[in-house]
Amino acid sequence: MDTLLLSRIQFGANISFHILFPTITIALGWVLLFFKLRFNATGEHKWMEAYLFWVKVFALSFAMGVVSGITMSFQFGTNWPGFMEAVGNIAGPLLAYEVLTAFFLEAVFLGIMLFGARKVPNWLHTTATFLVAFGTTMSAFWILVLNSWMHTPAGYELRDGVAYATDWWAIIFNPSMPYRQAHMLLASGLTVAFLIAGISALRLLWGDRKESVKSTMRFGVILGAVLIPIQIFAGDMHGLNTLEHQPQKVAAMEGNWETQGNVPLLLFAIPDEEARENRMEIGVPNGASLILKHKADGVVPGLNDFVAEDGTPLHPPVAPVFWSFRIMVGTGMAMLALSWAGAYMLRRRGAEHMPKLMLFAFSGMAFSGWLATLAGWYTTEIGRQPWLVQGVLTTKQAVADVPAPMVLSTLIIYLVVYAALIFAYMGTVTYLAWKASRGEPLSTRKYPRSGEAEVAAIPGE
Amino acid sequence: MDLFGDPNVWLPFTFAALMGVSILIYVVLDGFDLGVGLLMPLSEDDEKDRLVASIGPFWDANETWLVLAIGLLLVAFPVAHGVILTALYLPVAVMLVGLILRGVSFEFRAKAPITQKPFWNAAFFTGSLMASMSQGFMLGMYVMGLTWTLPHVIFAMLTAVFLTVGYSCIGAAWLIAKTDGRLQEKAVGWTKGGIWGLLLGIAAISLATPYVSPRIFDKWFGFPELLYLAPLPILSAGLLAFLWWKLKRLPMEGDRFAWTPFAAIMGLFTLSFGGMAYSFYPYVVPEKLTIYEAASAPESLIIILAGTVFVLPAILAYTALSYVIFRGKATELRYD
Ligand code: HDD
Ligand code: HEM
Ligand code: HEM
Repeated sequence: MDTLLLSRIQFGANISFHILFPTITIALGWVLLFFKLRFNATGEHKWMEAYLFWVKVFALSFAMGVVSGITMSFQFGTNWPGFMEAVGNIAGPLLAYEVLTAFFLEAVFLGIMLFGARKVPNWLHTTATFLVAFGTTMSAFWILVLNSWMHTPAGYELRDGVAYATDWWAIIFNPSMPYRQAHMLLASGLTVAFLIAGISALRLLWGDRKESVKSTMRFGVILGAVLIPIQIFAGDMHGLNTLEHQPQKVAAMEGNWETQGNVPLLLFAIPDEEARENRMEIGVPNGASLILKHKADGVVPGLNDFVAEDGTPLHPPVAPVFWSFRIMVGTGMAMLALSWAGAYMLRRRGAEHMPKLMLFAFSGMAFSGWLATLAGWYTTEIGRQPWLVQGVLTTKQAVADVPAPMVLSTLIIYLVVYAALIFAYMGTVTYLAWKASRGEPLSTRKYPRSGEAEVAAIPGE
Repeated sequence: MDLFGDPNVWLPFTFAALMGVSILIYVVLDGFDLGVGLLMPLSEDDEKDRLVASIGPFWDANETWLVLAIGLLLVAFPVAHGVILTALYLPVAVMLVGLILRGVSFEFRAKAPITQKPFWNAAFFTGSLMASMSQGFMLGMYVMGLTWTLPHVIFAMLTAVFLTVGYSCIGAAWLIAKTDGRLQEKAVGWTKGGIWGLLLGIAAISLATPYVSPRIFDKWFGFPELLYLAPLPILSAGLLAFLWWKLKRLPMEGDRFAWTPFAAIMGLFTLSFGGMAYSFYPYVVPEKLTIYEAASAPESLIIILAGTVFVLPAILAYTALSYVIFRGKATELRYD
């Protein structure tokens, strides 16, 4: 295998591993703040219990996010030096702002949020929790600005193959940015909703009937049920935006070869790039035309429009984009079905008396957000190939001149470490849930209500 | 000052300075974290939690200085960034895996089933060791001009050992300040045991640098340059002597002067770093690429600088806040 392919696999592996954890921390930070504020307002112990359980998951996820993020920041230099040489003038400031406005904020206040509860006044602890949640969201904001710019570049000019910024406003608010932000933040919310519901369902199955578990079960199911329709809507908008700016990607997502009207929505097909056609198609007539153009005879772009004179394709590889898109949407539909059924059962029977089967389903879907998120990113990123920055720089131009065996050996090490860590992470989260449902007390401390907090707030030595 | 006249001159200079400062802060701060990790095997089982607690609230923010430094290299000197990181591909990968292991074991050792704790303790040590060794190795390779020849690699292996011992030394000095009782006494011993790493490390680099580059040789031993540089070795010798003298007396009644070894080693790191910065300036890739040749477009640098001027003081302020909140002896890490 050559350096280019290996570097791509390596980058894909590293970023896939990284994104798993921010996806959790971005929304979980806000959820923790919510638990904390509920406790401050009501003084009900169950909210503190919920906070103390989920803060452990947060700390673990955060550490995983940080260490894999550090790997990311070196990846540009080690594997894609051409990227920074060509678009460094634009990517640089965006990355720098991420470090300055987000990373330090979250890293410093994380220490106070995690270990400072006994050392600082309650208001400061709540503020620290807020700043951590805010910091993770800011990281996501800046990096998504950069990623969106790579898909729909704007506000720059090229001089000798190097991009120079001409309009920072246009760079930040590039055409796909709002859609990607919304869709990613919602994805994070959904991932956390299903994680919380899944782990709480597991604890209910283990016979843990604590108030905090019932509350988090309710919280997770309702959050999921509320967010998923919004996500489907946002996803649709995102797709329409992509149709405008990257039609070849949408053609690959739909598996559509010829530009034409009355295009069916394919539920199943095996795209064959050699023959340039699909095998074993099963589809809903006119579906794709309806979704993309809102008319049964709406014209949908086809892949055959994106082939050079000499026959080299200028569109992304079809099968991976086609399939990962279906995995994401399929997971989304499963989320819709389960969370609404769950919400209905909550109303009918309450969290304590949910049917066993449903609890099993929720525990099975605990990590479904990861699946949809990865699939979504694969759609987006593979769909941009062969470009690294759409229309500006190809992936091939950016690759480092490093011997392939070196890339291969480091790739293998990364893969082994990542596989082991994902295994350890999922195991440890489950173990924490098991330990908590065995009734081990989370705190030995008596909590002051927020109003009384100031009295007890003398930094304890 | 005409330094501020041409943005193609003062901007690269400012960014090189910022980058240098972040590397220095990283080396001191994560140096003590990594050093504490290196001391794990030397401590008893019941002391290990204490070791980890002493760095718990800080390590994440400390590591962020590395992200800032590499980010500044990336954004301000993109060409150099590519050259340096592709030349150091392998040690960088070792360092990253080390940092991953160190960071996650920190969490896993407290959260995974208790039977796994020894495993995660070992991973914590291994991660710290890999990160320190590879950083020392990269330092050596950088001094040798980033070319992979056998003598250079041997030299880099030596600096890898010296820096690792140096880190364990500053880590132990941190523990003198953050612990008490038996553990503190042990930490004094560990600090003493690590001084040779500092000494040999500084000596090796000071001898090698002028030897590799005639340009640096002239910069050191020409006249009057010799006079500018003279304070560095004199101050360093003074600090070393002070450190040795203090360590013989610590721990003292009422815990007085428990901070001085850490401060002294911090001083030594700073002086050595200053020496290196002086020698390599204006090159960012030794003898190949100056900061002026490698710099990004001024209009992009200005945008970053504007943000930095506002944000950096805030970062320093809340970092200081966290060191104030968690001042005093390390106590058990608790979330409640
Ligand atoms: C929980 C996660 C999740 C769920 C349930 C969905 N998505 Fe999604 N999707 C993502 C998580 C995600 C993502 C990981 O966040 C992506 C990758 C990049 C991005 O901005 O969002 C994404 C990308 C993405 C794209 C590619 C945009 C591009 O071309 O760059 C489209 C068209 C959709 N989504 C559409 C949908 C639709 C119609 C869904 C209906 C069920 C859906 N997504 C559910
Ligand atoms: C938002 C920040 C992101 C940036 C700046 C970014 C940047 C890049 C770069 C530089 C490449 C080119 C290398 C290559 O072709 O492999 C790439 C490709 C890729 N990225 Fe991303 N990426 C981001 C987010 C993600 C996420 C979150 C995922 C997955 C979860 C992802 C998955 C991939 C995959 C699978 C490829 C490989 C495409 C292919 O080669 O066929 N990316 N991205
Ligand atoms: C190539 C792209 C990326 C790079 C270079 C990168 C870099 C980093 C680094 C260095 C950290 C650690 C910060 C610290 O020390 O606290 C980090 C954390 C984080 N990243 Fe990324 N990242 C990338 C992609 C992404 C993507 C695609 C997202 C989400 C949309 C994301 C969101 C976050 C968040 C929220 C954190 C902080 C929370 C956590 O660590 O779990 N990053 N990233």
